[in-house]
Amino acid sequence: MKTIGYIIQKEFRQIFRNKAMLPIIFVMPVLQLLILSNAATFDIKNIRLLYVDHDRTSTSRALINSFDASDYFKVMDRASSHAKAYEAMENGSVDVILEIPNKFEKDLSLGNVTALGVYINAIDGAKAGVENVYVNQVVQSFSKQVQLKYLSSAGGTVMAAKVASVPAFWYNKELDYKTFMVPGILVLLVTMVTLFLSSMNIVREKETGTLEQINVTPIKKYQFIIGKLFPFWVLGLVLLTVGLLLAKLVFHVPLVGSVALLYLFTAVYLLLILGMGLLVSNYTDTQQQAMFIAWFFVVIFILLSGLFTPIESMPGWAQKITYLNPIRYFVEIIRMVMLKGSGFWDIARQLSIIAGYAFALNVITVWGYKKTR
Amino acid sequence: MQALRDITFEVKPGELFGLIGPDGAGKTTLFRILTTLLFADEGTASVAGMDVVGDYRDIRKAVGYMPGRFSLYQDLSVEENLDFFATIFGTTVEENYDLIKDIYIQIEPFKKRRVVALSGGMKQKLALSCALIHKPKVLFLDEPTTGVDPVSRREFWDMLKRLNSTGITVLVSTPYMDEAELCNRIALIQEGELLVVDSPENIVANHTDSLYKVAAKNTYMLIKDLKDFKGNKSVYAFGEFIHYTHSNSDFSEERLGEYLEAKGHEDIKIVKARAGIEDVFMALSEKKGTEV
Repeated sequence: MKTIGYIIQKEFRQIFRNKAMLPIIFVMPVLQLLILSNAATFDIKNIRLLYVDHDRTSTSRALINSFDASDYFKVMDRASSHAKAYEAMENGSVDVILEIPNKFEKDLSLGNVTALGVYINAIDGAKAGVENVYVNQVVQSFSKQVQLKYLSSAGGTVMAAKVASVPAFWYNKELDYKTFMVPGILVLLVTMVTLFLSSMNIVREKETGTLEQINVTPIKKYQFIIGKLFPFWVLGLVLLTVGLLLAKLVFHVPLVGSVALLYLFTAVYLLLILGMGLLVSNYTDTQQQAMFIAWFFVVIFILLSGLFTPIESMPGWAQKITYLNPIRYFVEIIRMVMLKGSGFWDIARQLSIIAGYAFALNVITVWGYKKTR
Repeated sequence: MQALRDITFEVKPGELFGLIGPDGAGKTTLFRILTTLLFADEGTASVAGMDVVGDYRDIRKAVGYMPGRFSLYQDLSVEENLDFFATIFGTTVEENYDLIKDIYIQIEPFKKRRVVALSGGMKQKLALSCALIHKPKVLFLDEPTTGVDPVSRREFWDMLKRLNSTGITVLVSTPYMDEAELCNRIALIQEGELLVVDSPENIVANHTDSLYKVAAKNTYMLIKDLKDFKGNKSVYAFGEFIHYTHSNSDFSEERLGEYLEAKGHEDIKIVKARAGIEDVFMALSEKKGTEV
């Protein structure tokens, strides 16, 4: 026990003597959270809309106005013809073209079906999908107004029974993407920093030759491994704390669930990440190699985490891979606990999966570590 | 690749034993096996009466090892490194201070300084202190004097002698033949095989070939001509002289002198000399070469 304590003490000394370490612990999370959370939003605003109005009536103008009134659209200009509008799309100065047909007002007043032309630049498929939804929303609310207008002016007695869906966004009422992204980015941060630092740390002892010196001492493997990794476990929890404070104070992300539960999960999760770091350092000889391998895994983990693209929209085989991805579970958990207020039994399944992975990985790694003695 | 082949030797308690051979001879591999860092494919070895495989834990408590490459924590201070190694060996600096006092006192004024800022000589003294702090029975030093200036080398050997006199068995490896005579006994090693194990005096005394130091104005031509001289056994440059041995007793300095004069050499000097360790090493490794 005394030996482990002394190794930990030595490790902390080295960590704090490393000039890059304090910025990594305190500046990196702040920057990453501030920049990424604001930048990585799925909200699409300022959609540039160009319209071609063949009708030129008060109704068509009213439609344009309702686009203009929306936060999402920026009505650019009127194009004289479809060809002109298409040209603008070609050179990339507009995102959406709205073409209002001739006799638009007349058809509407007669209760005929009329079709609007909507052309969306779909180079970015995800963005185009969202734009389509927004266009539909504006058009639908517009057509509702128009219908009411003509129905009442016709003095009709029968009000068409309308079924309107009123979406309610639970756990994130304003559908604020920051609320959604900040916890996820915090997960990335905790994972990346602890994985990189721990995988590089043991390799560093190999690189400087001190591992050889350590190996001729009576230190036992478990003492050495615990002594080396414990500081990064603490570091991971410190990072979580810094991140949670930022989330609360800067982003006002609600913290509905139990903070203790978050720490419990993170504590177990970090065992898995540190085991991975140890595994990487087992099979590498230099910090550079360790860094590359750790990066490789982190990139895959991030893209398959469900943070930037929903897991439900991945192909089946990719969804299966995500079951191996620790970040996936952590992202799920942190959102559940922070936003939804999930309790221990709600996350027990994920917690036991992570605990199982952590146990299995560490057994394999320590076993491999002994073999390469 | 086989680094070591059929090696058998014994070091007596309290000896200062030198393992001498050129780079790549297998010295480090042998040390790594003896300090339990590597397993040998075959054979057995014991250190301080303990088997290097079965009793590796006990060996680690009983030996001190100073690797050829400096390997202490550069970002910790002198004091912190020493404390660290003392603690992981379950002892304290105070407990064994006597043993390292002579060495450590020279670097003590810099004990707050980080190791990265120390000179080569000071680093070496610290490494030795760290290897000694748990009062090992056997001390392994892998090429401690490689790349060290002559004065520090001398000093380092003096320290070793003093340590050795306190009863610690010391195994030291070196590529420098001139350090051989500072050891009680030595083993000459070449390409993973031992050439001879004995005291330096005996090794030299048992060497029967007569050795001649030859010099002339044009050294390059001299080597060439000596190699053409009928009956030559070995010819190699050694400082300003060429060391020459003859294959049979049918040799006289006069005959060689006449031969060289006939070849047009000037300022010819031929002196009979006493063979040194390096001469023996050359002779033995050459013999080994012809046997294969």
